[in-house]
Amino acid sequence: MPILKGTALALTCAGALTLTSCGTDATEERITVYAAASLHEVFEEIGDLYTEETGTAVEFSFAGSADLLAQLEQGAPADVLVTADEQTMSRAAEDELLAETPQVFAANTLALATPAGNPAGITGLEDLEREDVISVLCAPQVPCGALSRELTAAAGVEPVPASEENSVTDVLGKVRSAEADAGLVYASDVQAAGEDVETIEIDDAEDHLNRYPGAVLESAEVPEEAAEFLAFLAMPEATELLHEAGFRTGEDGW
Amino acid sequence: MRARRRATRGPLTPSGLPRWLLLPAGLGALLVLLPVAAMFLQVSWSDLPSLLTSESAVDALLLSLRTAASATALCLLLGVPLAAVLAQARFRGVGLLRGLVLLPLVLPPVVGGIALLTVFGRQGLLGGALEVLGMQIAYSTVAVVLAQTFVSLPFLVVTVETALRDLDRQMIEAAVMDGAGRTMVLRAVALPLILPSLVSGVILAFARSLGEFGATIAFAGSLQGVTRTLPLEIYLQRETDPQAAVALSLLLVLAALLVIGLAGSRRGRP
Repeated sequence: MPILKGTALALTCAGALTLTSCGTDATEERITVYAAASLHEVFEEIGDLYTEETGTAVEFSFAGSADLLAQLEQGAPADVLVTADEQTMSRAAEDELLAETPQVFAANTLALATPAGNPAGITGLEDLEREDVISVLCAPQVPCGALSRELTAAAGVEPVPASEENSVTDVLGKVRSAEADAGLVYASDVQAAGEDVETIEIDDAEDHLNRYPGAVLESAEVPEEAAEFLAFLAMPEATELLHEAGFRTGEDGW
Repeated sequence: MRARRRATRGPLTPSGLPRWLLLPAGLGALLVLLPVAAMFLQVSWSDLPSLLTSESAVDALLLSLRTAASATALCLLLGVPLAAVLAQARFRGVGLLRGLVLLPLVLPPVVGGIALLTVFGRQGLLGGALEVLGMQIAYSTVAVVLAQTFVSLPFLVVTVETALRDLDRQMIEAAVMDGAGRTMVLRAVALPLILPSLVSGVILAFARSLGEFGATIAFAGSLQGVTRTLPLEIYLQRETDPQAAVALSLLLVLAALLVIGLAGSRRGRP
């Protein structure tokens, strides 16, 4: 469908309003990366860096891991899939969507977040059992919720959440606006929220990791460039950005 | 015989419709029917009973029915008087008031949820006062009912107000001549006359409440048995079990069809 592709590219260029990525060279390589929502900010930066170094443009589509998988199952065109947990990636493997074995390139720990000023005086996980504390967690059906359950069970804590949200961003939003006294989110989310939230140290948090695997898709139109992008994620310049954003990388061990 | 024949003709006879109109009309119908029909084809019928009787599904369905019924009752209680005022009022700015009351019809539901949070949330306008009273609305079933009432109220108000405006004035005047007071006129004359519209409005409000998602998730949160209604349960099930999500969707479709059937059977009656 070269005509369609050309049209799509022209539309992208028209919409992008930038002169850098859409020069006269219409045959420019571009890869499409389907990535988990929690990687949004850091991947935008990594993508720019990658384009600078290789000349290959990157187009991201960010959504919850389950949504990404559903879109790919329906035949959405993409070159790379990056999920926020290994379970979703194994489902992609079962559906024969992957061209290769997935590689883990980053990990995340959970953090106990409170609104600025910690109004409920949260000191640790055991406060999630208090009836007077409004705590919000991810639902066990989503990756951050499964991990929260694992972490609290290991600590012997039985939380009584006021709400079990569909995504970690929803949890963070409720903590940030002080609609909740405490919530379990990813360390990288706390980093992104800045002054609005405080973090309470959790013992043994690094024993319960959430790993981010990436893989080239069977449907990839440019598999070499796709593999190159995944390799780039392990390069020092990319791991540095991941670190800054609060993620763990290979050198931290997982 | 002749009367029956006349009843089978549409309003556009004798000239009738141009033939070409059938194509876009058919496409329009397909656009609505095909996705729903496709769901019936996709669901695994053998697993259906176990998918629909899981504890979380039953909890969600019961909560949905309870909250939608409460929201509909609230809509009746508040919506009928509001419709009467809007239909009767001649003061300046009534048009503006009508527009504002209908705002939830055009607002994205999630915006409604955020708006409700700014009033009833813990940090909202009334949050402090409610806390003093020992009331916590956010994260409670009351929040779900409030969210549903917020989005459904305009449906009832529009339906009832339109009916009140179309009332036969002679009937009302006759009642007044007979010495009926204001309340009596409303209760004994106006309400019975607009009953069909009132029932349609109630059905619409109930259906809208049953399908409410955005305002609920933003304002009430999501907890099994407390705030996780059927649409929220469907959204969450997609994460782990797409088949269960389709099965639960069918349940909602059936509920909606039931409601449409009830509403449809009332249409066309005098």
